[in-house]
Amino acid sequence: MAAPIPVSVNIQTLDFDVAALQRLLLAGSGYEGAVVAFTGYVRCSNEERQVHSLELEHYPGMTEASIARIGQQAAERWPLLGASIVHRIGKLSPGDPIVWVGVSSAHREAAFSACEYIMDYLKTRAPFWKKELGPKGEHWVAARDHDSRRAARWDEDSTP
Amino acid sequence: MLKVLFFASVREQLGCAALDLEWPDHELDLAGLQENLCCEQGGQWRAVLEQDNMIRAVNQAVVPDNCSLQDGDEVAFYPPVTGG
Repeated sequence: MAAPIPVSVNIQTLDFDVAALQRLLLAGSGYEGAVVAFTGYVRCSNEERQVHSLELEHYPGMTEASIARIGQQAAERWPLLGASIVHRIGKLSPGDPIVWVGVSSAHREAAFSACEYIMDYLKTRAPFWKKELGPKGEHWVAARDHDSRRAARWDEDSTP
Repeated sequence: MLKVLFFASVREQLGCAALDLEWPDHELDLAGLQENLCCEQGGQWRAVLEQDNMIRAVNQAVVPDNCSLQDGDEVAFYPPVTGG
Protein backbone atom coordinates (compact mmCIF):
# COMPACT_ATOMS: atom_id res chain seq x y z
CA MET A 1 0.00 0.00 0.00
CA ALA A 2 1.33 3.45 -0.96
CA ALA A 3 2.25 6.04 1.67
CA PRO A 4 -0.15 8.96 2.20
CA ILE A 5 0.38 11.81 -0.24
CA PRO A 6 -0.38 15.51 0.10
CA VAL A 7 -4.03 15.97 -0.89
CA SER A 8 -5.03 19.60 -1.11
CA VAL A 9 -8.76 20.31 -0.78
CA ASN A 10 -10.22 23.79 -1.18
CA ILE A 11 -13.92 24.60 -0.97
CA GLN A 12 -14.40 28.23 -1.95
CA THR A 13 -16.72 30.77 -3.46
CA LEU A 14 -13.90 32.42 -5.43
CA ASP A 15 -12.95 31.57 -9.01
CA PHE A 16 -9.75 29.62 -9.54
CA ASP A 17 -6.82 29.79 -11.97
CA VAL A 18 -6.11 26.36 -13.46
CA ALA A 19 -2.54 27.27 -14.48
CA ALA A 20 -1.69 28.36 -10.94
CA LEU A 21 -3.27 25.20 -9.48
CA GLN A 22 -1.23 23.00 -11.79
CA ARG A 23 1.98 24.86 -10.90
CA LEU A 24 1.27 24.30 -7.20
CA LEU A 25 0.75 20.60 -7.84
CA LEU A 26 4.20 20.43 -9.45
CA ALA A 27 6.00 22.36 -6.72
CA GLY A 28 6.84 19.06 -5.14
CA SER A 29 9.42 16.38 -5.54
CA GLY A 30 10.60 16.79 -9.11
CA TYR A 31 9.73 13.14 -9.74
CA GLU A 32 6.46 14.15 -11.40
CA GLY A 33 6.43 13.00 -15.02
CA ALA A 34 2.70 13.39 -15.50
CA VAL A 35 -0.09 15.70 -14.42
CA VAL A 36 -3.70 15.03 -15.40
CA ALA A 37 -6.26 17.70 -14.59
CA PHE A 38 -10.01 18.02 -15.07
CA THR A 39 -12.14 21.17 -14.94
CA GLY A 40 -15.94 21.04 -14.70
CA TYR A 41 -18.06 24.01 -15.81
CA VAL A 42 -21.61 25.28 -15.40
CA ARG A 43 -23.59 24.56 -18.55
CA CYS A 44 -26.20 26.96 -19.93
CA SER A 45 -28.86 24.26 -19.97
CA ASN A 46 -29.55 20.93 -18.30
CA GLU A 47 -32.14 18.36 -19.44
CA GLU A 48 -33.69 20.99 -21.71
CA ARG A 49 -34.04 23.49 -18.85
CA GLN A 50 -32.32 26.82 -19.43
CA VAL A 51 -29.97 27.67 -16.57
CA HIS A 52 -29.59 31.32 -15.57
CA SER A 53 -27.53 30.51 -12.49
CA LEU A 54 -26.56 27.63 -10.26
CA GLU A 55 -26.42 27.60 -6.47
CA LEU A 56 -23.95 25.16 -4.91
CA GLU A 57 -24.66 24.13 -1.30
CA HIS A 58 -22.36 21.95 0.83
CA TYR A 59 -22.03 20.38 4.28
CA PRO A 60 -19.21 22.33 5.96
CA GLY A 61 -16.68 19.95 7.48
CA MET A 62 -18.00 16.77 5.92
CA THR A 63 -17.43 17.97 2.36
CA GLU A 64 -13.75 18.66 2.91
CA ALA A 65 -13.22 15.40 4.78
CA SER A 66 -15.07 13.40 2.13
CA ILE A 67 -12.95 14.77 -0.71
CA ALA A 68 -9.71 14.32 1.25
CA ARG A 69 -10.66 10.69 1.86
CA ILE A 70 -11.40 10.16 -1.85
CA GLY A 71 -7.97 11.61 -2.68
CA GLN A 72 -6.23 9.29 -0.23
CA GLN A 73 -8.17 6.29 -1.56
CA ALA A 74 -6.90 7.18 -5.04
CA ALA A 75 -3.34 7.36 -3.67
CA GLU A 76 -3.75 3.90 -2.10
CA ARG A 77 -4.77 2.48 -5.44
CA TRP A 78 -2.33 4.26 -7.77
CA PRO A 79 1.27 5.50 -7.27
CA LEU A 80 0.42 9.21 -7.04
CA LEU A 81 2.76 11.97 -5.93
CA GLY A 82 0.13 14.62 -5.26
CA ALA A 83 -3.54 15.45 -5.65
CA SER A 84 -5.41 18.74 -5.50
CA ILE A 85 -9.14 19.33 -5.61
CA VAL A 86 -10.91 22.70 -5.70
CA HIS A 87 -14.72 22.95 -5.63
CA ARG A 88 -16.67 26.16 -5.64
CA ILE A 89 -19.82 26.89 -3.66
CA GLY A 90 -22.32 29.72 -3.76
CA LYS A 91 -23.90 31.28 -6.81
CA LEU A 92 -22.36 30.49 -10.21
CA SER A 93 -23.23 31.44 -13.81
CA PRO A 94 -23.11 29.44 -17.07
CA GLY A 95 -19.54 29.17 -18.24
CA ASP A 96 -18.12 29.42 -14.72
CA PRO A 97 -15.72 26.72 -13.57
CA ILE A 98 -17.16 24.63 -10.70
CA VAL A 99 -14.54 22.01 -9.89
CA TRP A 100 -10.87 21.22 -10.57
CA VAL A 101 -9.17 17.90 -9.93
CA GLY A 102 -5.42 17.56 -10.56
CA VAL A 103 -3.18 14.58 -9.85
CA SER A 104 0.53 14.04 -10.36
CA SER A 105 2.51 10.83 -10.73
CA ALA A 106 5.73 9.61 -12.26
CA HIS A 107 3.93 8.12 -15.29
CA ARG A 108 0.70 8.88 -17.08
CA GLU A 109 -1.35 5.71 -16.50
CA ALA A 110 -1.83 6.38 -12.79
CA ALA A 111 -2.62 10.06 -13.34
CA PHE A 112 -5.30 9.39 -16.00
CA SER A 113 -7.04 6.72 -13.91
CA ALA A 114 -6.81 8.53 -10.58
CA CYS A 115 -8.20 11.80 -11.92
CA GLU A 116 -11.22 10.01 -13.35
CA TYR A 117 -11.69 7.97 -10.16
CA ILE A 118 -11.62 11.09 -7.96
CA MET A 119 -14.21 12.84 -10.13
CA ASP A 120 -16.49 9.78 -10.26
CA TYR A 121 -16.37 9.41 -6.47
CA LEU A 122 -16.71 13.16 -5.83
CA LYS A 123 -19.89 13.21 -7.89
CA THR A 124 -21.48 10.39 -5.90
CA ARG A 125 -20.12 10.87 -2.36
CA ALA A 126 -19.08 14.47 -1.66
CA PRO A 127 -21.95 16.33 0.03
CA PHE A 128 -22.76 19.11 -2.41
CA TRP A 129 -26.15 19.94 -3.89
CA LYS A 130 -26.93 22.04 -6.97
CA LYS A 131 -30.02 24.17 -7.43
CA GLU A 132 -30.69 25.61 -10.88
CA LEU A 133 -32.36 28.99 -11.27
CA GLY A 134 -34.02 29.34 -14.64
CA PRO A 135 -36.85 31.05 -16.49
CA LYS A 136 -39.42 28.70 -14.92
CA GLY A 137 -38.09 29.06 -11.39
CA GLU A 138 -35.90 26.89 -9.16
CA HIS A 139 -35.06 23.23 -9.67
CA TRP A 140 -32.91 20.98 -7.46
CA VAL A 141 -30.67 18.89 -9.72
CA ALA A 142 -31.33 15.18 -9.27
CA ALA A 143 -28.58 12.61 -8.79
CA ARG A 144 -28.06 10.50 -11.92
CA ASP A 145 -27.90 6.71 -12.13
CA HIS A 146 -25.18 7.24 -14.74
CA ASP A 147 -22.89 8.74 -12.09
CA SER A 148 -23.63 5.91 -9.64
CA ARG A 149 -22.75 3.34 -12.30
CA ARG A 150 -19.51 5.12 -13.15
CA ALA A 151 -18.48 5.09 -9.49
CA ALA A 152 -19.54 1.45 -9.05
CA ARG A 153 -17.33 0.22 -11.88
CA TRP A 154 -14.22 1.26 -9.92
CA ASP A 155 -15.39 -1.11 -7.17
CA GLU A 156 -15.78 -4.00 -9.61
CA ASP A 157 -12.54 -3.51 -11.47
CA SER A 158 -9.76 -3.20 -8.96
CA THR A 159 -6.97 -3.36 -11.52
CA PRO A 160 -5.35 0.06 -11.87
CA MET B 1 -27.11 17.84 23.12
CA LEU B 2 -27.74 16.40 19.68
CA LYS B 3 -27.23 18.61 16.65
CA VAL B 4 -29.48 17.66 13.72
CA LEU B 5 -28.85 19.22 10.30
CA PHE B 6 -30.94 19.24 7.14
CA PHE B 7 -29.60 20.12 3.70
CA ALA B 8 -30.83 21.11 0.25
CA SER B 9 -34.34 20.04 -0.76
CA VAL B 10 -34.83 18.29 2.61
CA ARG B 11 -34.20 21.58 4.39
CA GLU B 12 -36.63 23.39 2.10
CA GLN B 13 -39.34 20.73 2.47
CA LEU B 14 -39.08 20.83 6.28
CA GLY B 15 -38.52 24.58 6.55
CA CYS B 16 -35.70 23.78 8.98
CA ALA B 17 -31.91 23.91 8.61
CA ALA B 18 -30.87 22.76 12.07
CA LEU B 19 -32.21 21.60 15.43
CA ASP B 20 -30.47 21.33 18.78
CA LEU B 21 -32.08 18.57 20.84
CA GLU B 22 -31.58 17.79 24.51
CA TRP B 23 -30.00 14.40 25.03
CA PRO B 24 -32.76 12.13 26.43
CA ASP B 25 -32.44 10.14 29.63
CA HIS B 26 -32.48 6.85 27.71
CA GLU B 27 -30.58 5.18 24.88
CA LEU B 28 -31.25 6.52 21.44
CA ASP B 29 -30.49 5.28 17.95
CA LEU B 30 -30.82 6.92 14.56
CA ALA B 31 -34.17 5.25 13.84
CA GLY B 32 -35.46 6.37 17.22
CA LEU B 33 -34.33 9.93 16.60
CA GLN B 34 -36.10 9.97 13.24
CA GLU B 35 -39.29 8.61 14.80
CA ASN B 36 -39.13 11.24 17.56
CA LEU B 37 -38.76 14.00 14.97
CA CYS B 38 -41.73 12.71 12.98
CA CYS B 39 -43.92 12.54 16.09
CA GLU B 40 -42.83 15.83 17.65
CA GLN B 41 -42.66 18.00 14.54
CA GLY B 42 -45.78 16.68 12.85
CA GLY B 43 -46.86 18.14 9.52
CA GLN B 44 -45.02 16.60 6.60
CA TRP B 45 -41.90 15.63 8.58
CA ARG B 46 -42.74 11.91 8.31
CA ALA B 47 -43.37 12.06 4.57
CA VAL B 48 -40.10 13.92 4.05
CA LEU B 49 -37.83 11.93 6.39
CA GLU B 50 -39.17 8.55 5.21
CA GLN B 51 -38.37 9.24 1.54
CA ASP B 52 -36.60 6.22 0.01
CA ASN B 53 -33.54 8.09 -1.15
CA MET B 54 -32.82 9.93 2.11
CA ILE B 55 -29.20 9.84 3.21
CA ARG B 56 -28.32 9.96 6.91
CA ALA B 57 -24.93 10.81 8.35
CA VAL B 58 -23.74 10.62 11.95
CA ASN B 59 -20.66 12.66 12.86
CA GLN B 60 -20.10 13.28 9.16
CA ALA B 61 -20.06 9.62 8.13
CA VAL B 62 -22.89 8.11 6.09
CA VAL B 63 -24.91 5.49 7.98
CA PRO B 64 -26.70 3.13 5.56
CA ASP B 65 -28.96 1.45 8.13
CA ASN B 66 -29.13 2.30 11.80
CA CYS B 67 -26.67 3.03 14.55
CA SER B 68 -26.70 4.00 18.20
CA LEU B 69 -26.24 7.67 19.06
CA GLN B 70 -24.40 9.42 21.88
CA ASP B 71 -24.69 12.79 23.56
CA GLY B 72 -22.80 15.32 21.44
CA ASP B 73 -23.39 13.57 18.11
CA GLU B 74 -24.11 15.48 14.90
CA VAL B 75 -26.77 13.92 12.66
CA ALA B 76 -27.57 15.06 9.13
CA PHE B 77 -30.40 14.22 6.74
CA TYR B 78 -29.91 15.01 3.05
CA PRO B 79 -30.87 13.99 -0.48
CA PRO B 80 -28.53 12.23 -2.95
CA VAL B 81 -25.54 14.45 -3.67
CA THR B 82 -25.05 16.34 -6.91
CA GLY B 83 -21.64 18.02 -6.75
CA GLY B 84 -18.83 18.02 -9.26
